[in-house]
Amino acid sequence: MAQQTDIVPRKTIVQRWIESTIARYFYMIVLSFLLFGLLLLFIGKDPIQSYRDIFTSTLGSPYGFSEVIVSMTPVLLTGLAVALPSKIMLINVGAEGQLYIGAAFATWGALTFQALPAWQLIPIMMLLGLLGGALWAFIPAYLKSIGLVNETITSLLLNSVAPKIIGFLVFGFWHSAMDTNKTARFVQAARLPTFFGTRVNLGLIFGLVLLIAFWLFMKYSRWGLEMRAIGGNAQAARRNGIPLKTYILVVFCTGGAIAGLAGMVQASGYYGLMLTNFSVGWGFMGFLISWLVGGDPIGIIVMSFIVSLIYSGGNLLQITSGVPYSIINILLALTLFVVLARPSFAKGRK
Amino acid sequence: METLVAHQSSKNTKPPLLSMVGITKSFPGVVANDSINLDIYASEIHALLGENGAGKSTLVKILYGFYRSDKGSIVMNGNEIQIRTPSDARQAKIGLVFQDFSLIPTFTVAENIALFLTNLKAILNLHSIENQIIEISKRYTLDVDPHKLVSQLSLGEQQKVEILKLLLSNARILILDEPTRVLAPHEVNALFMVLENLKHDGYAVILITHKLQEVTGFADRVTVLRKGKVSGTLIRSELSEEKLIQLMFAKKLISPIRQQLLRPASEKFPVMELRSIETHGEGSSIHLKGIDLDIFPGEIVGVAGVSGNGQKELGEVVLGMERCAHGEKLLFGKDATHWSIGKVRKNRVAYIPENPLQMAVTGWLPVVQNMALTRTWLYARWWGFRLDLNKMLNDARRAFERLGFEVPLLFVPAMSLSGGTLQRMTIARELSFDPRLVIASYLTRGLDVQSTLAAHKALLDTREAGAGILLISEDLEELFSLSDRLIVCFEGQIVGRFKPEETNPIEVGHLMTGSKVAYGSTD
Amino acid sequence: MALLPLLGILSSAIFSGTSLLYTALGEVINERSGIVNLGLEGVLLVSASSGFAVTVRTGNPYLGVFVACIVGGLMNLLFGFLVITRKANQLASGLAVMFFGFGLSALIGNPYVGKSINALPRFELPILSNFPALYASLFKFDVLIYLVIPMAFIVWWLLFRTRWGLGVRAVGENADIAFASGRDPRLIRYQALFIGGLLTGIGAAHISIAYAMNWTEYMTGGRGFIAIALVIFSRWHPIRAIAGALLFSTAVAVQLVLQNSGINISPFLLDCVPYILTLIVLIIWGGNRKQSAPASLGRVYEGSD
Repeated sequence: MAQQTDIVPRKTIVQRWIESTIARYFYMIVLSFLLFGLLLLFIGKDPIQSYRDIFTSTLGSPYGFSEVIVSMTPVLLTGLAVALPSKIMLINVGAEGQLYIGAAFATWGALTFQALPAWQLIPIMMLLGLLGGALWAFIPAYLKSIGLVNETITSLLLNSVAPKIIGFLVFGFWHSAMDTNKTARFVQAARLPTFFGTRVNLGLIFGLVLLIAFWLFMKYSRWGLEMRAIGGNAQAARRNGIPLKTYILVVFCTGGAIAGLAGMVQASGYYGLMLTNFSVGWGFMGFLISWLVGGDPIGIIVMSFIVSLIYSGGNLLQITSGVPYSIINILLALTLFVVLARPSFAKGRK
Repeated sequence: METLVAHQSSKNTKPPLLSMVGITKSFPGVVANDSINLDIYASEIHALLGENGAGKSTLVKILYGFYRSDKGSIVMNGNEIQIRTPSDARQAKIGLVFQDFSLIPTFTVAENIALFLTNLKAILNLHSIENQIIEISKRYTLDVDPHKLVSQLSLGEQQKVEILKLLLSNARILILDEPTRVLAPHEVNALFMVLENLKHDGYAVILITHKLQEVTGFADRVTVLRKGKVSGTLIRSELSEEKLIQLMFAKKLISPIRQQLLRPASEKFPVMELRSIETHGEGSSIHLKGIDLDIFPGEIVGVAGVSGNGQKELGEVVLGMERCAHGEKLLFGKDATHWSIGKVRKNRVAYIPENPLQMAVTGWLPVVQNMALTRTWLYARWWGFRLDLNKMLNDARRAFERLGFEVPLLFVPAMSLSGGTLQRMTIARELSFDPRLVIASYLTRGLDVQSTLAAHKALLDTREAGAGILLISEDLEELFSLSDRLIVCFEGQIVGRFKPEETNPIEVGHLMTGSKVAYGSTD
Repeated sequence: MALLPLLGILSSAIFSGTSLLYTALGEVINERSGIVNLGLEGVLLVSASSGFAVTVRTGNPYLGVFVACIVGGLMNLLFGFLVITRKANQLASGLAVMFFGFGLSALIGNPYVGKSINALPRFELPILSNFPALYASLFKFDVLIYLVIPMAFIVWWLLFRTRWGLGVRAVGENADIAFASGRDPRLIRYQALFIGGLLTGIGAAHISIAYAMNWTEYMTGGRGFIAIALVIFSRWHPIRAIAGALLFSTAVAVQLVLQNSGINISPFLLDCVPYILTLIVLIIWGGNRKQSAPASLGRVYEGSD
């Protein structure tokens, strides 16, 4: 049967993909741990003890584990915000800014609609977050679609503008009576629910659901096919009747919207208020993660977890063993360096 | 700059400056150069004539060190020399002006030339370089303002800069690849004046061209290549257009294999009408001017011409990829001048380009997905969130089968298919939904014989079914055997309209190379 | 007298703008060779902290400046290794360098937080002694400030009047043509990165050793990104960068005066000015070949080896 022979080659492609991906992640994980150990030795701490501390408190304890999940949540979304446009070869370095603006919109919602019940307020805030991010992404997307300016430069510049706008809004209008650089705590109805007494909030579900939806979308939907066609050969896709300009606008703005949602999640779920400079680089981290795994949604989940593990572990060690926080950044950077320096490992389909 | 004493005439009494002996070079699937011998003499303009794919470009790239020949050698002053890189070629005083110039647009003329000077000082003395430029340019009437940015120059002026570049880096053998492609007529004359002056000062000029008038007007010696071999070398006194045409093209006429038109095409409504179409191609220098063309159902209109004279742009204008700066385009009676490509395709227009991997498919997507790319809406379910894979598979299989093609593995990435199979795939895809208009743009370029025959049969079958076909090709045999009507493109205009039985490859060859304008009974 | 506040703004702008200009000059050289370094913030931090540390340890600010300068060059070489030899993506590599810089600088600078130093001495130019002391005191600058504008001219000269500069610009426009002219694009990029890094290092030194005269984590406050914007704003031209740096830092300096006069423009909004201006410039000149980016900016050079 013709059907049978068609299916056999398909399996081997999938098999090969799984093997190479697992090999890649395994390599990165092992490398991270080795480097971490070396660094600890370098500053005079005991690596074995540190590992044990990390494991017991992150993977070993439920609360510790939940903290890893908490720090992973925003990056799932910003990673997706970068991965989606990357499928049509657009580079979204602007997730950081889109995150801020989305958070701003959501904050406005939280402050303005304080009387509403949660089941109305939360969706409103979500919509506002999506809208904010999409709007912020529209400028680079439009300029790119008319062929005027590269989206990398424009989204990068807007990154730096967004936090200042938040600062302006918080400082000028929204700040609480006690602090000038934060708002008051949001009303309970504006806060994303958390689970089991941990800080893990609904945002995690958003992230996982959207990533899985992304995976399904790219694989099975009509638009996923057209996007993959553009990503592989934009000129041929154009010749085949696929509307490039429309896709550039829609896809980039959707990416921005998702980053905006991440902003809303952090404002509502993590902080419970808005403050200036509230992002610790989630947008950039999303970019790096997405780029490292080639825009692959499963990879984003895995890498976000690993990166969060590093951060949480580092946070912990800071408290228990006096390891300076800066070590984490160094470890992260070194891991990145190694991956960057070995192109064969960084080659997912971008 | 020294000048040699002027040498007179091109008699074979003096030894050549440089000889290419027995040069053979193969690429996968094609022998580009087959035992070519070429002698270059000082004080001569040596034309290298041939159709696309004849091997001129490859030969010259070997001489300039971009490729290395598989067999053969290069001899200079009696000694064999090794040319492995462009630097070696430049040391041997060989200079090449590419078709697409290697100039940096944001640099000035002087800076571009300075970049290639071998004796450039660490601290630039642009002033002295500019003076040198002015001096040489005066000498050979290559007047360019050294201060101007290259982006501000016309293509003709850019070419002057390229020649100056060679002269100032002490080249003695100048290779010009299709130099007049981008020039206006008066600029062509100016160029040849320059070449004459250079010739008199002892330079050797190798001129790659497909235009007969240039050869008969200016060349001292001509070597004609055809399908990788030298088909003849003539010196000036022996030159005639007839001889050159015969050397360039296959001599015999291929009898057409198509059947008679079942009913006269002109009785029905045209599927495509172009009226006074003009384009302003950005990037390409070829603009279409004043194109009027109709295609009726059930006929194949062949477009002949040497590549680069506007045929590709013609196909792209019909598809909607190239914008009409002027004029009207009607498809199936409707004004389609501003339709998007998607809309054109939705109206059952098919487009089969050359080089499928680059132009028609996304390489790493599987075959079955590529087959569906032009009509994804057909397979969309649940408002587009799902694709009907079964239907895609069935349609793909059927597309191949009805053309008599073997069904390839449908789940492998398209790029793993061979070139011939890939083109078959594209043809199957485009023809599978019964198009009313087919644009075939060099569809058999680079294809093996079997795939070519299969493609021809597919086109004829489609014509039988009542579609109109625009067949753009550089292969005269193909055009003569398949077309119901033939037009010839030269420099963006239609210079000839015939029925194939009213003309012959030689006459068409004349038109393709610009030697005269002729019209047959179809106009 | 309205003159005093105006001169005050100018003085303040010059102080804060000097490091910006040095950094931008360094990045101009980088980008002219086709490489964009998003990690500039990290390079600045590591250089600033190293220079500061050395100054504290040795008491010699000039040595500190020298060390910061070299460290900047080395950081850029690290970056260069990734993007030139390993052909990694420039954006991702830049961000990685940024994170590295955050961490390394904190590590280096940690023991020196809160320490004070012998800063670079400030002095007036002799001409100014003709003016009233009140005004003249505003223009007591350190040596790096006096050197920055000449440095811009030197960079201009280097890029546009030397054979090396011609090669750098050629690589940035079209590495293949540069290669065809007998040059090695990779080597040239390394050279450009190193020299650019030296300049960035000097800029960093100015922040910690001459201007703020202390070290705190993340003290560069986004200057790296402002510098990148400045490079774009001045369309990759060192002389225009002078004007741009002045413009950008004036926007910040103006805040103080406005506050005092009761005009209530939020400092946050004023901080946006550099980026908005840059965006406007990009939009206006986006289509213009001459004013746009070096053509191969950001592209990996594959080479034909």
